[in-house]
Amino acid sequence: MSPVPCRILSVKQELQDTYTLEIESPRDDWSFLPGQYTMLYAFGIGEVPISISGDPSDPTKIVQTIRAVGAVTDALVGLKQGDFVGVRGPFGTDWDTSVAEGRDVLIIAGGVGLAPLRPVVFDVLNHRDRYANVTLMYGSRSPGELLFASQISEWRGRFDLEVLVTVDHGDDAWRGPVGVVTSLIGRSSFDGETALAYVCGPEVMMRFTIQALERKGLTNDRLYVSMERNMKCGIGLCGHCQLERFFVCKDGPVMTCAQMAESCWIREV
Amino acid sequence: MSEVFDVVRDQPFFAGMTEEQIRAVAETARLVSFDEGGVIFVEGGPARRAYLILDGDVALSLRTQEHGAKTIQTLHRGDFVGWSWMYPPYRWSFDANVQSEVTAVQFDGPQLKKISLADPELGYELLKRFTEVIVTRMQALRIQLLDVYSTFR
Repeated sequence: MSPVPCRILSVKQELQDTYTLEIESPRDDWSFLPGQYTMLYAFGIGEVPISISGDPSDPTKIVQTIRAVGAVTDALVGLKQGDFVGVRGPFGTDWDTSVAEGRDVLIIAGGVGLAPLRPVVFDVLNHRDRYANVTLMYGSRSPGELLFASQISEWRGRFDLEVLVTVDHGDDAWRGPVGVVTSLIGRSSFDGETALAYVCGPEVMMRFTIQALERKGLTNDRLYVSMERNMKCGIGLCGHCQLERFFVCKDGPVMTCAQMAESCWIREV
Repeated sequence: MSEVFDVVRDQPFFAGMTEEQIRAVAETARLVSFDEGGVIFVEGGPARRAYLILDGDVALSLRTQEHGAKTIQTLHRGDFVGWSWMYPPYRWSFDANVQSEVTAVQFDGPQLKKISLADPELGYELLKRFTEVIVTRMQALRIQLLDVYSTFR
């Protein structure tokens, strides 16, 4: 499982510290499922797990959105078009969209958590007739920190997707909702008895979101979350990401709350 | 009166209350509307009313010398606005500004307290509902205070 050197096709700055890299596919038969991640290697510096944020129907390139928070991610976002990055993967479980067919779908993201969920939005919209009502709820810190803002505007223009966006702190120009993402749940109409939710964001945000969805009737087998742990090998060997009986890199990152049971309340060790 | 009763009865907030209880609550209420850009109440003003938003958006804001008016939270259809009428000193803690035209049920706070005292069972039902709103908002504010997105990768 050595990293395959892949050329960077483009680099786009999304936010002050967040960039989207388009990377050439490591092989002709490369594909991924929404929710999976790759291990990206900044040569000579280190390797990190990064969720894929692109459209799963386009296997010609890998789209990854990276927030610079440390030495490796700093190096990755500093790369330029034409530079090379090492790629392993894709790894991990996916947001299983097949189980959502015929149901109302809630896609709930907080902050950079929208990146791992964007492939779900693409996938659901690519097969829109398979689902009932689809709602994207997105919470961000401030209007200036809304990820994929132009894409969100584009999605708002669709009649088959409800898009609700809130910020924790507004500014003078912001005319939209102010409050945490859980406050959007009451504003969307969905059938809590059958709906399915995909949730990604900081774990504390996911825990509160889960509770709010449970109050609306969603059972834990219909609540999907993406866990974030210290993933190193990507194949369940090294044990760095162990969470009780799970290796998050292999058994996750996407799991249902039914699978997780009490594990989602365990703090990172 | 019957129109207000019908509207109040249909609100999820009052689900589970008896028709008699809802009628008593509706007797303290009237339908109101506010134009976009209007003001429902201002910080420090006497708090005698509560509002259940039927349509539109309300921004709760605080004014500081350093930052001017800062929106703390927005409220929308189905949300309750204002519970300062419940506790002394009965003054609003925020400004409530109309973001987009609002229609609402306006309740008379002192009247709600009066019917709650007269019928403790009704009072308990109301208090349960208001407490849930307050707890939910408090939890939301706690998450806001954590500033969770600032360190998330």
